[in-house]
Amino acid sequence: MIEVKHIYKSYEESFVLNDVSVRFDQGKCNLIIGRSGSGKTVLLKSIVGLIEVDEGEIWYDTLNFCHMGISARQEIRKEMGMLFQGAALFDSLSVEENVMFPLNMLTSQSRGEKLDRVNFCLERVKVAGSNALYPSELSGGMKKRVAIARAIALNPRYLFCDEPNSGLDPETGIVIDNLIRELTEEFNMTTIVNSHDMNSVLEIGDNVVFIYKGCKCWEGTRQEILHTDNEALNNFVFATNMARQIKQK
Amino acid sequence: MHLLTQIGTYFLLMKRSFSRPEKYSVLYLQTMREIEKVGINSFPIVVIVSLFVGAVITIQTNFNIENPLFPRYIVGVTVRDSLLLEFSSTMVALILAGKVGSSIASELGMMRVTEQIDALEVMGINSASYLILPKIIAAVLFFPILCLLSIIIGLVGGYLSCIWANVIPPSEYIYGIQYAFYPYYISYALTKMAFYALIITTVSSYFGYYVQGGAVEVGKSSTRAVVQSSVLILLANLILTRTILQ
Ligand SMILES: Nc1ncnc2c1ncn2[C@@H]1O[C@H](COP(=O)(O)OP(=O)(O)O)[C@@H](O)[C@H]1O
Ligand SMILES: [Mg+2]
Repeated sequence: MIEVKHIYKSYEESFVLNDVSVRFDQGKCNLIIGRSGSGKTVLLKSIVGLIEVDEGEIWYDTLNFCHMGISARQEIRKEMGMLFQGAALFDSLSVEENVMFPLNMLTSQSRGEKLDRVNFCLERVKVAGSNALYPSELSGGMKKRVAIARAIALNPRYLFCDEPNSGLDPETGIVIDNLIRELTEEFNMTTIVNSHDMNSVLEIGDNVVFIYKGCKCWEGTRQEILHTDNEALNNFVFATNMARQIKQK
Repeated sequence: MHLLTQIGTYFLLMKRSFSRPEKYSVLYLQTMREIEKVGINSFPIVVIVSLFVGAVITIQTNFNIENPLFPRYIVGVTVRDSLLLEFSSTMVALILAGKVGSSIASELGMMRVTEQIDALEVMGINSASYLILPKIIAAVLFFPILCLLSIIIGLVGGYLSCIWANVIPPSEYIYGIQYAFYPYYISYALTKMAFYALIITTVSSYFGYYVQGGAVEVGKSSTRAVVQSSVLILLANLILTRTILQ
């Protein structure tokens, strides 16, 4: 479980996050949705501590992340996996070395054990056999899969995904979304996914938080999202004319 | 950014870089890789530049002191001392600032803008110590070797010019480069080079590590890294020369 309480973040004069409080439960896919530039990435990076918030608290179960020093944070981070918007694979390393990287750095397993784990993860995200390829040789969807494999290599308790299906076609996007949901249930992780894509909301959103101009504007399940009377959310969900007409019927 | 903030951020980054590494075996492997990248790969440029400069200094010195009162071997003495005192440390360092500095800054900058550095941090790895420390160790260990190489190749260049361009008799040259030789000058050159290595790697790492934006900013920061390390090298040269060569 991750809980953020009243966090604020501003750059220069403008507020990017304004009094956001949310609770993200374990074993569920928690979605943060909102338009481009609404502050989703800033929120996610604040939660993992890549951005320091100006005010507010971030709780990992019973630990207050904001009051921790660097070394205590590093301990929690060893239980985090994160999928970045551009996958962020290390381009000087092969697929196998990328997935093995966290194992090399943070465990003292033997090479055989590590290789087994790498192959298990690669198989789990359905890119088995591409061990020797380099990131520049992978398609967008494969990069995301390998990045997911790297994120789950250490059996994390928390999984963070920043726009996992941006830049992918709708079908591949859904495959990635479903992969994230399956992994969440399989390993009982606390998963937080950023998205601006309605497909993923309807596919995997157990708990959906709508961020509008840096504020939490709405929260609910994916079933509820279609029947809300929140205007900003409706504009987001039914962005096209056609969708609006369908809703009116 | 404000100059004082910049200097403060630089020292904080260095503090993080020099903190205890995650695993010494990883540090060792990374350092070996960096030795190849910053050290071995700089061999060709150092060899080429030193060879030509050694030859040119020989020819020019001879041209400038074409006075029958001076013995010819003075040319050899001058070539040796120019290489030892300035060229093989400071000038080679400026060349390396261009080659190694820009590559460090653009590598780290690219890792920053593609969120690879963030990925390291989220894994719970100290990205500064993982990425920067091996570069510093590799350069501080290996640049003095490049300096030594440059001295030797420079002297060879001078010798070759004596043979092929008939500048002075080769025997006079050989006598000259051994005449009134202070071995101390070598340790002086190597010490300077170690300092320059520290300047180039840390300054370039700083500029690369804190890039914000995209490809354009990465390019700018790598230019800035080269310019700033060059200026600092010249400044350090002044200070080191004043303090070491009293
Ligand atoms: N480092 C930064 N400096 C200044 N402004 C920033 C910075 N990072 C993000 N912002 C601003 O914060 C807002 C939210 O950005 P972001 O969280 O990336 O949006 P998105 O919801 O598309 O992920 C944007 O208006 C952006 O301009
Ligand atoms: Mg974003």
